[in-house]
Amino acid sequence: MNLKQFCEVAMRRILTVSGFTTSIVILLIITFLFAEAAGLFRNKVVEEGYTLAVNRENPVENLSAEQIKLIFDEEITNWKQIGGIDCPIATFRLEQLTELYTEEELGENYERAGDCIAEQVEGQRGMIAFVPTDLVKDQEGIRLLEERNIKAGDVLLGDEWFPTATPSPLFGILPLVSGTLWVTFFAILIALPFGLAVAIYLSEVADERIRQVLKPVIELLNGIPSVVLGFFGLAVVVPFLQQTFDLPVGETGLAGSLILALMALPTIITVGEDAMRSCPVTMREASLALGASRWQTIYKVVVPYSISGITSGVVLGIGRAVGETMAVLMVTGNAAVMPHSILEPLRTIPATIAAELGEAPAGGAHYQSLFLLGVILFFITFFINLCVEYISSRNKR
Amino acid sequence: MQRFSPRAPQPATTMNTPQYPSAYASKKKRTEQIVFFLFRLLSGAVALSLLGILGFIIVKGFSVLSWDFLTLPPTDGMTSGGILPAIVGTLCLMAGSACFAFPIGIMSGIYMNEYARKGKLVRFIRMMTNNLAGIPSIVFGLFGMALFVNYLSFGDSILAGSLTLGLLALPIVIRTTEEALKDIPDAYREGSLALGATKAQTIWHVILPMAMPRVITGLILSLGRVSGETAPILFTCAAYFLPKLPESLFDQCMALPYHLYVVSTSGTDLEAQQPIAYGTALVLIIIVLLINLLANSLRKYFSNKIKTK
Repeated sequence: MNLKQFCEVAMRRILTVSGFTTSIVILLIITFLFAEAAGLFRNKVVEEGYTLAVNRENPVENLSAEQIKLIFDEEITNWKQIGGIDCPIATFRLEQLTELYTEEELGENYERAGDCIAEQVEGQRGMIAFVPTDLVKDQEGIRLLEERNIKAGDVLLGDEWFPTATPSPLFGILPLVSGTLWVTFFAILIALPFGLAVAIYLSEVADERIRQVLKPVIELLNGIPSVVLGFFGLAVVVPFLQQTFDLPVGETGLAGSLILALMALPTIITVGEDAMRSCPVTMREASLALGASRWQTIYKVVVPYSISGITSGVVLGIGRAVGETMAVLMVTGNAAVMPHSILEPLRTIPATIAAELGEAPAGGAHYQSLFLLGVILFFITFFINLCVEYISSRNKR
Repeated sequence: MQRFSPRAPQPATTMNTPQYPSAYASKKKRTEQIVFFLFRLLSGAVALSLLGILGFIIVKGFSVLSWDFLTLPPTDGMTSGGILPAIVGTLCLMAGSACFAFPIGIMSGIYMNEYARKGKLVRFIRMMTNNLAGIPSIVFGLFGMALFVNYLSFGDSILAGSLTLGLLALPIVIRTTEEALKDIPDAYREGSLALGATKAQTIWHVILPMAMPRVITGLILSLGRVSGETAPILFTCAAYFLPKLPESLFDQCMALPYHLYVVSTSGTDLEAQQPIAYGTALVLIIIVLLINLLANSLRKYFSNKIKTK
């Protein structure tokens, strides 16, 4: 008898613990993603271990990441342009050191490299040097620029994504966010008419035999791995688009939207159909008895009755499209620029993570910025799920 | 809306004048025919596009498929040879994630339906489960990398990959278990309890056996999902090229979906890799088809069996 009671209690305990697994996993996801992503804002704008050194006579205080990039791309050529003295900018990178000095002058282990850099920077008033901090931190003649941390504003509102640029990488996520929105928007635009039509057809129009065939087909479409759809897109859709629209490259946002539409369809159809099937027969019969045709019954009675279910289906479809990775990565061309048209290559948030995480050194700013993208993605889908929850809970009342 | 404009004859007037079909009625009929035709057309288009995709891959991949293709490792920089390591890798990952997700998922489902008191708590857990189901697979990949690969330092391994994929399958298993249990009438529970069985005994001997068919269907479908996922294993497990078969849980492995991604987008010679890509896609499709078929026939088999009882 005791054993029986013990089993009873043990079973209840174990089941309770496992019941909370999903909640714990979500908490863990939030913690780990946040922990990595928050690290991004503790990074300096200049690559770790390096610093920017200027001439003592140069009054410049500090530079933003974008200014640094423009200076080293030689798009800003005078200090006057960024509010400094009127003096042309000369840039200096560590690689130039070996061109200017012989190995003997630098020393065997670069022990005199710091002096050489200082000599260069002192010699020219407009010089800015991008060099390792260790080499120049004790030099008297030059001044190290005060370093700013990466700012949240620059990341969230920045419109340039150059995570591997030196000396200062740019982590503006707007191109990626807008890429995601464009692809998703067009995907839903394509999927919506098809999805609604099939849902209505399956639940209201089709006879049982056709339903028996079409339902498994939709289920199968749901089951096709995204990478297979991406491969199909690469082999068929991309060349097709390139020919039809006479494009330089076929890997465009539209190709991604088409594939995503295929992936969002089963969700929209099954959820929408379930919602419409739950409409009571009495309501349909009442409408038909009043002389309405079947079509009138559908759009005046069945659809309004099940509108919240249909909406959840569409919202879930959007969620699926936003988070889809592989298919989009394969067919959208992955150009991290602000999109101007759906017929250009663009890049989404998930595709960026998938494409770049493998090359980003763990713990670095680039790595952390990808986790920040993950956090953003997580919250987008979390929000979408809450919407669905809200819509369907309102429906029950 | 204009169908009910004042100009259209009112049903009341048509009652007095027996002129059938009235202009309004025939217009109504025509609209319905046109709309229904449109529905048929669009549904047909969706079905055709799926058949088109399947047909395209089957036709192109069929000539590649051979015994050697299934049983040899890739050779010559993946331009020839087979895909055995990828098949084995995918099977390992499926088994690994099943070991993790099935017991926890089923137990969690039982807790939700049998033990937890209906109310805010269950609603909260269900919301979390739904949220977990909605999280994009690439976020699972990030999380798996942060937790399993780096924090718990499993490294890129089958273990880390299986756990990550298991998390992905978890919500599916929980939901199907819960739904299967919900459909079992309370009379069975009460009958068993009235005979003196404890709650645990009732669940083990009465409820679970009855719910098993539907639970198993759900498990199989979740395996189907796991077999095709790429994003979660990108950074937790998948190897670009690894001719030998995995020997332990801490080995990396190749996987079919990742292999398809690799041979169709990168590599030494994209042209020469094309046939391999078609073959890999076909094998993946076959796995998905088989799993769907199995789940469907199980569902039918058990529903017939229950009916005849």
